[in-house]
Amino acid sequence: MTKPTPHELAAMFSEFIDPEYVIVDKETLSPYECDGLSMYCQQPMLVVLPETVEQVQQVMRICHHHEVPVVARGAGTGLSAGAMPHSEGVVLSLAKFKNILEIDPVARTARVQPGVRNLLISEESAQYGLYYAPDPSSQIACTIGGNVAENSGGVHCLKYGLTVHNVLKVEMITVEGEKVTIGSDGLDSAGFDLLALITGSEGLLGVLTEVTVKLLPTPEKAQVVMAAFDSIQNAGNAVGAIISHGIIPAGLEMMDRYAIQAAEDFCKAGYPKDAKALLLCELDGSVAEVEEHTKEVESIFKNFDATSIRVSRDEAERVLLWKGRKSAFPAVGRISPDYYCMDGTIPRGQLAYVLEEMEKMSEHYGLRVANVFHAGDGNLHPLILFDANVPGEFEKTEEFGGKILELCVEVGGCITGEHGVGIEKIRQMEIQFNQQELAQFHSIKDAFDPKGTLNPGKGIPVLKRCQEYRSLDHAAHA
Amino acid sequence: MSDISQQLIEQVNSARSDGRKLNIIGRGSKSFYGRTATGDHFNVAEHNGIVNYHPAELVLTARAGTSIAELEAALDKEGQMLSFEPSNFGSEASIGGTLACNLSGPSRPWGSSVRDMVLGLRLINGRGEHLRFGGQVMKNVAGYDVARVQAGAMGCLGAITEISLKVLPKPAAVATAVLPLDSAHEAIAVMNDFSRDPAPMMGACWLEGQLYIRYSGAGNAVDSAINRLIQQYGEANVLSGDVTFWRELREQSLAFFAGDRPLWRFSVASTLNHFMPEADWLIDWGGAQRWLRGDFKQEELQWQVESGNGQVSLFRHGNRDGEVFFEHSEAIKTLHHRLKASFDPDFVFNPGRLYRWL
Repeated sequence: MTKPTPHELAAMFSEFIDPEYVIVDKETLSPYECDGLSMYCQQPMLVVLPETVEQVQQVMRICHHHEVPVVARGAGTGLSAGAMPHSEGVVLSLAKFKNILEIDPVARTARVQPGVRNLLISEESAQYGLYYAPDPSSQIACTIGGNVAENSGGVHCLKYGLTVHNVLKVEMITVEGEKVTIGSDGLDSAGFDLLALITGSEGLLGVLTEVTVKLLPTPEKAQVVMAAFDSIQNAGNAVGAIISHGIIPAGLEMMDRYAIQAAEDFCKAGYPKDAKALLLCELDGSVAEVEEHTKEVESIFKNFDATSIRVSRDEAERVLLWKGRKSAFPAVGRISPDYYCMDGTIPRGQLAYVLEEMEKMSEHYGLRVANVFHAGDGNLHPLILFDANVPGEFEKTEEFGGKILELCVEVGGCITGEHGVGIEKIRQMEIQFNQQELAQFHSIKDAFDPKGTLNPGKGIPVLKRCQEYRSLDHAAHA
Repeated sequence: MSDISQQLIEQVNSARSDGRKLNIIGRGSKSFYGRTATGDHFNVAEHNGIVNYHPAELVLTARAGTSIAELEAALDKEGQMLSFEPSNFGSEASIGGTLACNLSGPSRPWGSSVRDMVLGLRLINGRGEHLRFGGQVMKNVAGYDVARVQAGAMGCLGAITEISLKVLPKPAAVATAVLPLDSAHEAIAVMNDFSRDPAPMMGACWLEGQLYIRYSGAGNAVDSAINRLIQQYGEANVLSGDVTFWRELREQSLAFFAGDRPLWRFSVASTLNHFMPEADWLIDWGGAQRWLRGDFKQEELQWQVESGNGQVSLFRHGNRDGEVFFEHSEAIKTLHHRLKASFDPDFVFNPGRLYRWL
């Protein structure tokens, strides 16, 4: 079958979608060329922005019939090039699906369209004393549809879980254009847990048109204890001690010296710039519970030789102390022309070893690394600082990043904690999984998308590795 | 403690080449659940033992045949627990069977389910391949969530051989308030009302005119939650510590569960209005899991919860040869069939255990 040209496809879509939202001209296409990992760029054939479920279904049917690749896109904030377009494909933007359909404060659920911003769900639920817990640092911009696609986490997922723990039901359009409901209004659904399979599937199994999430009661009080340490080892041991004491903090984050200095220069939150490591530990719950746990955490920090401890006195100070951590990435962006944010998970006890090894690699590659670490759950975000204008520096950075992920797997962790595989980590999938496991993933994909037109080339490495790498390299240098 | 994975793989390969079917058996505590099992016995119980346990990492890894009792004893020594309160159903349950059936106890809405707590597992698929998915860390989004999709799959996608679970510290304090409340309808409203409060709730159940509310966590948080409840709703009988009611509820050893009248399980929105008020009900999970005893037609019960997108299953007793689980749409059934084929192309494992057509 001959594939339609961009204009032919645009004409088909324009029969049922406002032509203003069927984009083929190069200039208007350019914002869609990449997501948050801008080193990977590809112009799509066409971008379409439907605004009804029926329009999404029809787009999917047409693309399926003509075997045109479809890449779904939320806000394009992803960090693994999961939403990078396919050169012969369509970007299906869900940007117009931005309505909160219903908040049920009694049942504590919110039914929303996939283009709704993560933070907006909490903002709109606040009036009922409820909020949506998973809080990726991009929450001001990222969409819930994208969160489900990546199984996003965030600072508070240590206590409140990832997206998969907080979603009850989705409406999904299959590659054939059929609308299915996955999950139920209860806490489980009979048969196979397709909701768990869809969550974190990176747009490879279907396109979401509606998401129902769980809302939690807003804690009575939240307080942050910030402590500085003159060694990563002490900070790491303090983290282990908090868990061993039976405390599950709402959030437990670590930053190293580079990250501390960059964040403090950016936000002026009062981070001690001479600290080798900084811990931010949030306790939440009832007033009395928070007081009790705060005292315990302070005591633990003192036992592990914290050089300074600061406890937030009010909500404004709590938000300020978090501001530095939450803006660590843009803060690091000020001290370097470019940075590459890695995302791996390690057992917490391996932190000191992994950071030492990273320091050696940093010297070897001649590239600085700032570290931000979800200390509570072992999810590491090394930020490799580089200059893309220096020939060969991006390639060196990618190589360095790949070595970090290999190290994560070596110490019993994994290659991605929350950003997803996308294109970025597709090579490293073979470090974490053997060929039979990868083949099992392909079989699952075939069950949903036998022609392989949903977000092709992402997530799971295919057999024709060489071809793929050549086209990856081409896309990366575009 | 023993590792019989090689024998298990050989059994799968042999069954495949002979065209035989296999019935996966853990410790047999849930043989009553699902449709009638068929196939040659594929015993996993001897594949057992704790592989590793890191209390400071909140991770425990055990082979699938390990008993829940053994896990709980090991966790208890470190002041930790399985937050999803698995049941032994009067027998001895295994962790593999618990995950395969996705059955969690009274704390499920607040303490998470076994499905929520799984971090990774090893599985022998229908090709005789021994595969590992997920890991031993809490955040792992590489590839599809094959580990979690085994929850509730009743062994139809493969034989689980090893599971890594997130575990949690035991709470410092637990207390239960028992309130007299005749109306199930009102109890549902009250339980949902309590659930909107940020108090550390860990159980909400109504049975025979009594509403049981459990709180667990820091001592002063539990105390202040109980005090607030009493202030709001008047007198209550307050019981501290581990209360028998919750264990009997978890184990289904309360008188409500006795006898062989069909036991129906509803999984619904917690706020769904009470229906069939004259029938024999136990309302758990703050309204989200409801148990009904009696002879009914499944279609009639399903019709009651259809508008609320709820589901009913014949949990125990009654006819185990018919369909016992909620019947999905044709599109979802197709996905089930294809997914089954992707793991188990010859349909070796647990044929018909979930659905006649699977």
